[in-house]
Amino acid sequence: MSTEASEPDQLAALPPGLAARLIAFCEELRAEGLSVGTSEILDAFEALEAVPWTEPADFRETMAATLAKSQEDRRIFELLFDRYFFRAAEAEALRQGISEQRHDGMGQIDLDELREAVRQAIADGRDGEMRDLARLAIEAFGRRGEGSGVIGVDVQRIRRTLGLQTQGRAQTEDEVLTLDRESLNQFERHLRRELERDLIERTERMPPSRPLADLDRALPTSPSQDLAAVHRAVAQLKRRLATLGHEQRGRRRSSVVDVRRTMRASLETGGVPLRLKHRPRRPRRPEIYVLCDVSTSVTSASMFFLSVLHALHDSFRKLRSFVFIERISEVTDVFSDERDFRAISSKISSEGGVADVSGYTDYGRVWLEFLSEISEDLDPRSTVIVLGDARTNGREPHAAAFAQVSRRAGRTFWLNPEPKLYWNYGDSVMSAYEPHCDGAFECWTTRHLETFVNVIAGGVVPAE
Amino acid sequence: MGETAAPDSVADVRKALAVVGYLADESASLVSYLAQQLGKPVLVEGPAGVGKTELAKALSRATGRELIRLQCYEGLDEAKALYEWNYRKQLLRIQAGSQQMPATSSAPRPGAAGSGADEVAPDDSGSWTEVQEDIFGEEFLLTRPLLRAISTPTPVVLLIDEIDKTDQEFEAMLLEVLSDFQISIPELGVIEARTRPIVVLTSNNSRELTEALKRRCLYLWLDYPEVEREMEIVRLHSPELDEKLTRRLVEVVHMIRALDVKKPPSIAESIDWARALLLLGADDIDRDVFDKTMSIIVKHRSDLELVAERVGVKLDAEGKLDLGRAGPR
Repeated sequence: MSTEASEPDQLAALPPGLAARLIAFCEELRAEGLSVGTSEILDAFEALEAVPWTEPADFRETMAATLAKSQEDRRIFELLFDRYFFRAAEAEALRQGISEQRHDGMGQIDLDELREAVRQAIADGRDGEMRDLARLAIEAFGRRGEGSGVIGVDVQRIRRTLGLQTQGRAQTEDEVLTLDRESLNQFERHLRRELERDLIERTERMPPSRPLADLDRALPTSPSQDLAAVHRAVAQLKRRLATLGHEQRGRRRSSVVDVRRTMRASLETGGVPLRLKHRPRRPRRPEIYVLCDVSTSVTSASMFFLSVLHALHDSFRKLRSFVFIERISEVTDVFSDERDFRAISSKISSEGGVADVSGYTDYGRVWLEFLSEISEDLDPRSTVIVLGDARTNGREPHAAAFAQVSRRAGRTFWLNPEPKLYWNYGDSVMSAYEPHCDGAFECWTTRHLETFVNVIAGGVVPAE
Repeated sequence: MGETAAPDSVADVRKALAVVGYLADESASLVSYLAQQLGKPVLVEGPAGVGKTELAKALSRATGRELIRLQCYEGLDEAKALYEWNYRKQLLRIQAGSQQMPATSSAPRPGAAGSGADEVAPDDSGSWTEVQEDIFGEEFLLTRPLLRAISTPTPVVLLIDEIDKTDQEFEAMLLEVLSDFQISIPELGVIEARTRPIVVLTSNNSRELTEALKRRCLYLWLDYPEVEREMEIVRLHSPELDEKLTRRLVEVVHMIRALDVKKPPSIAESIDWARALLLLGADDIDRDVFDKTMSIIVKHRSDLELVAERVGVKLDAEGKLDLGRAGPR
């Protein structure tokens, strides 16, 4: 319990309006799902008295330390912090009629020179310069009349014209100025911000505030996206899986008394007091069968799923994995032989032998094959996890075969990369399979994944 | 060691930590400063080997406070963390008491043989409360880390290490200690902290901690340091190492961390590697040196293969490049 109350005189120490701003900011954090309680807000205010609020870095860190209590929260905090205080500053500027100086006197800006300067600034990672150059670049484009008015489009256009590329895609290998992704992103953020500022100044009103798009938080699914991003999402999962089952081993109410050990221990005290000794609980180590759809309809998600598979392999000893499109194929060996994820995914696509003729998923055939070839190994301790969208391309779903599989296995789970809204829409036959699963989950954000991990770790299925 | 007064600014904390050999980054020093100013516990999360525990130790050295450490593990309970009654001693006390007792109270017993049990009772109850008060005194209390941290007259740094290893019940038990700095012992009453300890909780994030616990803490995420800072850290621990070599070493370590290895090398391992290179008298990290010493930073069989392949090849290529640049010598 925090005993400090936010008395008016305490707030008076802060510049007028700041307290209100901060509370409004906290409101936005709450709207994005951070659990910011009153006690957190009080903490933040208390902390701000110890730290000079005029130091931007300290101010931000202080707020983060008191308000954002996990790494995920911190990421959202950063996004919101930037946006909120940018908007606040702009709104104030708008109210007071301040606008940025135009670089009219500069005449024509030489595009090549600008390009070189931008590259240099990005390569050196000089933040302030990047910002100035972003402004210049926007000016130059405004003059050429190429602005589309849509910020996202403009950013990409400017980037392309300036010829900014990341290391991976740079054509000339030995070029000194290959740019690393992080700094390039930074420059893009500046571009975006300056364009936004321009827009506000031009239209003289604030664009409506939108909640963070789900997209910002969704799993990185598009194959063109950096694989590292996928892996970062899985890294967290990996850590949890590594300790999976362990936390269940603590004292439990329903544990069995170990008579022998109790007797021995009681000798020490002659029976008074008698300390009950319990048998340690063995963690449940499930045998897991993972079936992963790698067809085109889930291309975006399968990359992610494969890396989940990859992570799972590190954490479970008894794990057999399969990929399927039209047919099913076991890839357990590929995972145990190869460490590198890229090699695995290419190996799977070359040797998997899962696409037969059409390349369209045939769930029905997959179940029949799985049932006849593998299902004999299933026993009540095994867990079957299916990763797929249940889109059969109009073919027979053979739900009975799936039901048989799920009867043999102890537990069956289905992870669907599509939001629940799209289930059973079009050729999705989720409803045919769902009743036979112990749980069917939509899985397109890390949070979904974590819920699922909790479940296979022996936790309870949360009511949604 | 005299206890230093509360620091005046973030820069002071940073300096004090640097003096005792911990190069804190911006957020670590800020949160340490806040922890001392506000008297709030700090929850430090981050990958293994980024110096979470070291931060607590450095804080203890920097402030001249004693460090009390509670290492958490599965099944840790309050008897190990808070306090425990020393029942052996209590038994002894009772036995010692009952041996004295017969001398004084055995006399009326034979006389009242018939209703002995009833008559003894009132007489006994007096000594019973006496004994009870006696055996539940502080003398018979075994203090465990948490109680010790709270009851010491001099302020301390309390490190609760790897809190994520315990179960949720234990976390709940911590709440009283962390928010009010007090412990209730049913037989003794509430023991309040005489001084406010600096509390550091570390977590490897292997499970989500409860909201209630997080709510009471300042949050600090420690990550692997930037190249520049890690260089400083390595140089602090082995200053004899050539600067160019240090940079090379740190860059290689960063390269390995960027790979998807099972156990990324920690800062401590960079330092170990630097020491090993010093001992070997290496003046550059080339393929040969790397292959020989790799096992210091990479500790998984499959990782060894991956790293040897990826980083080794890069070192080879760079070696050639260097030769080409330097020209014939």
